Amino acid sequence: MEVLEKKNKNKKYKPVLEGIPEWPVYQLSKNRKEFLEDVAQKSFERIKSIRPTRKELIDELEATVYREQQRMKRNRWRVDPEDEALFWADIKQQLIEITNKPAEDNLQREEALLSRIVNRYAHEIAGNFKPSSYRFAREMITFWFSRLLNASRIKKFGGFFRNQYTLRDKIQIVGKVKQLRNLTRKGTIVMVPTHFSNLDSILIGWVIHALGLPAFIYGAGLNLFNIKIFAYFMNSLGAYKVDRRKKNIPYLETLKTYSNIALQRGAHSLFFPGGTRSRSGMIEKTLKLGLLSSGIEAQRNLYLNAAPDQEVRKIFIVPVTLNYHFVLEAPELIDDYLSSKGQDRYLPEEDTHGSLGMLKFLFKFFTKGSNISVSIGRCMDVLGNYVDDEGNSLDAHGRVINTRDYFLAGNQVTIDTQRENEYTRMLSLRIVEEYHRINRIFASHLVAFVAFELWQKKHPKLDLFGLLRLPEEELVIDYAEFRKTCKRVRKQIYQLKEEGKANHATHLKGKIDEVIKHGLDNVGIFHLKRPLLKNKEGHIITQDLNLLYYYHNRLVGYELEKFI
Amino acid sequence: MSSRNLSDQPIGVIGAGNFGSAIANMLARERQVLFYVRSEQIARHILEQRENRGHAMHPNITPVTSLEEVARHCEVIFPIVPSSHFRSMMQQLSPHLHPYHMLIHGTKGLDIKLPPGESIESVNKLSREQVRTMSEVIREESVVVRVGCLAGPNLSKELAAQHPAATVIASHFNEVISVGIKMLRSENFQVYGNNDLIGVELAGVLKNIFAIASGALSGMGYGENARGLLISRGVVEMIHVGRALGGNVKAFLGVAGIGDLVTTSNSTLSRNFQVGYKLAQGQTLREILAGMDEVAEGVNTIRIIKKCTDHYKLRAPITNTLHRVLFEDLTIREALSYLMRYPLNVDIDFLD
Repeated sequence: MEVLEKKNKNKKYKPVLEGIPEWPVYQLSKNRKEFLEDVAQKSFERIKSIRPTRKELIDELEATVYREQQRMKRNRWRVDPEDEALFWADIKQQLIEITNKPAEDNLQREEALLSRIVNRYAHEIAGNFKPSSYRFAREMITFWFSRLLNASRIKKFGGFFRNQYTLRDKIQIVGKVKQLRNLTRKGTIVMVPTHFSNLDSILIGWVIHALGLPAFIYGAGLNLFNIKIFAYFMNSLGAYKVDRRKKNIPYLETLKTYSNIALQRGAHSLFFPGGTRSRSGMIEKTLKLGLLSSGIEAQRNLYLNAAPDQEVRKIFIVPVTLNYHFVLEAPELIDDYLSSKGQDRYLPEEDTHGSLGMLKFLFKFFTKGSNISVSIGRCMDVLGNYVDDEGNSLDAHGRVINTRDYFLAGNQVTIDTQRENEYTRMLSLRIVEEYHRINRIFASHLVAFVAFELWQKKHPKLDLFGLLRLPEEELVIDYAEFRKTCKRVRKQIYQLKEEGKANHATHLKGKIDEVIKHGLDNVGIFHLKRPLLKNKEGHIITQDLNLLYYYHNRLVGYELEKFI
Repeated sequence: MSSRNLSDQPIGVIGAGNFGSAIANMLARERQVLFYVRSEQIARHILEQRENRGHAMHPNITPVTSLEEVARHCEVIFPIVPSSHFRSMMQQLSPHLHPYHMLIHGTKGLDIKLPPGESIESVNKLSREQVRTMSEVIREESVVVRVGCLAGPNLSKELAAQHPAATVIASHFNEVISVGIKMLRSENFQVYGNNDLIGVELAGVLKNIFAIASGALSGMGYGENARGLLISRGVVEMIHVGRALGGNVKAFLGVAGIGDLVTTSNSTLSRNFQVGYKLAQGQTLREILAGMDEVAEGVNTIRIIKKCTDHYKLRAPITNTLHRVLFEDLTIREALSYLMRYPLNVDIDFLD
């Protein structure tokens, strides 16, 4: 029997802003040319201030060219533009000319080169939001998802064309939805979700639409654009591209400036602050500070450019967790993690997913009963203070804080990079704390956690790698013991919820046997080798301990180990 | 807050003890200081006599009795009150504070946050979950983020006499450090900066334990060999405990660590030293505390740190033995003979 989730009480959400032309992202794309010029100009100025002297700038450009040429030689992708080899060869040539000739001759030629480079980067990064293809993509996702869903759930002739089930039955959205909708009108939203799967980008896109919010701009990994089906959707949903292979200063500064200026212009944005998918399956503990800092910087600039009493559009940070029973890429992710952690002690196998793999997964997802839930956290200001429904920042005692005061010194808004770095660090800690708080613990996480920890406890002398090398056939947990431990850990999870330190799905309540069954039925449900199941005698076994470790990791960080 | 920029504003000092008075005098050399005192009576006394606790008070110092006034006029405030009053002081000050305020405290003690109904006597162990440094109390009780601390060999009487000395200002924010340096530095006073706020705070807190021990050695009539032994073992113990509570080794090796430890361990001026000295002379803790006009932070620190070492299973023989002397009925003589037989076979083991 399936343990049912509480039916979603949320009816359909009306759009927050009526027409697409009112959306900030549309405004951005309409003024694309001017926007990109602004980005290039500001990036240029920033890089100049980092590398003020002529020599430093030339050195930086040489390093950039070198790195770009190395990248092209080693790691070319399908999405890379065809003319890039020529472009960089030309830059290199000109750099040689500059360094060979006497200084007076080529005053500012290196600046022209920098300008060309940041211009190119700005265009590379830029997303291209088009209302027509946005609408099309949105309709298509909704239409096909609901076809698949109805075909599989209503097992009778004609089910395919019914609309009894919608995506919303499959994907639950819980948390501070109303506040988010309110504040979308009052300020600029920066949504910061956890990142476990490549599916996250699409899922979040759908969530944003389902909540009636205007489109957000995304910083999506350029590698995703290699998969054509992803590239199509993401382009049309307002994504801009983040190329993690490019670590040179001109690129990084342009990327930061891009998101910074978009934010200042009021474009709601989405970052995955963990940077990449969580390899271990743990909730992110350390966040990439670069992108987060642009939220703080944008807020400061808004205050800097306004008169002291002028109303300033506030930037709101919204943590979101995506909760799955199953992560398609789990086997590769955990292999990555283990091989990086264990160096040569561990040898992973190769396996990757293309468009086909993703489609197969989507099909399975809709035809079998495995739900996803999305928790929306409470909105915070850029310092991590909670805000009320009017957007006022509140301190721990509920008193209103003026966010502008964080940027003052001697009654002036000042630019202090070190101060803002510290603010970014504080914000990242707050986000991680919120992740743990709003994370919805599923039955599948519970059973995976308990089983793995029990095995660890039975082999106290083995380290992680020793444990993972044990043959799976030897691992059996007596059901009675498993049941007892699950119950104990579940009690502690209730306690954590009580203290506001975690959240759990409604299906975690009720008879423990039902909960365990739900967990076993769903944990890593579509993997070839199941991470956890019952044998004929009704005891707990595993077919893949690495995978079990991956799903177990979701509950690391709550100090539940003590209750095993 | 007034619209004046930072350098024209008065500076706030909260706490009219010895150290607070000495710091207020140092700050007052070039600036106006608002000096918070708890009663009108003391305020009047300072205004009329220009004197507080034996310190001649600088003409630039204005005593006030309203915390609100201090917060309104001063962006930079130095809270220097005993750790036992620190949280309640912050709770009163907090409604008047804003994120632009800078708080640089000079309190070398710890605070504990326990669930209602519990007290330090009723809990067996304490972990970092419950123990707070003063900067953490400030963060918890107010919206202020620009927090710093003042630590180092700063005996109030020597500061007042303008003898050469140095201090460390620790903060995560460089602007706090540079403001602190600007305001305090003088010909005879060197100010260093450090970003390891927790480490520096802990160094200042933990050294009081060894000041008590050092006082006890003197009270027994022992000389410098014994003190050398104590200080070197004290540094090791301080670093062990400090690391477990979240500080880095470096802070303990600097002015706020060894610098302050050597000073307080050699100084009869130090209150903590006095506690140890009198213990060795046969007085009880109760008698000693009754005869002091100011708090000896070390006593409370030993109580808290003992429970932390139990929780983290740390080896801290000096702290634990002193705890038995203060709160159980071990005599100083017994304590000393126990420590001398303690099997310590590694000299330095924190530099790995």
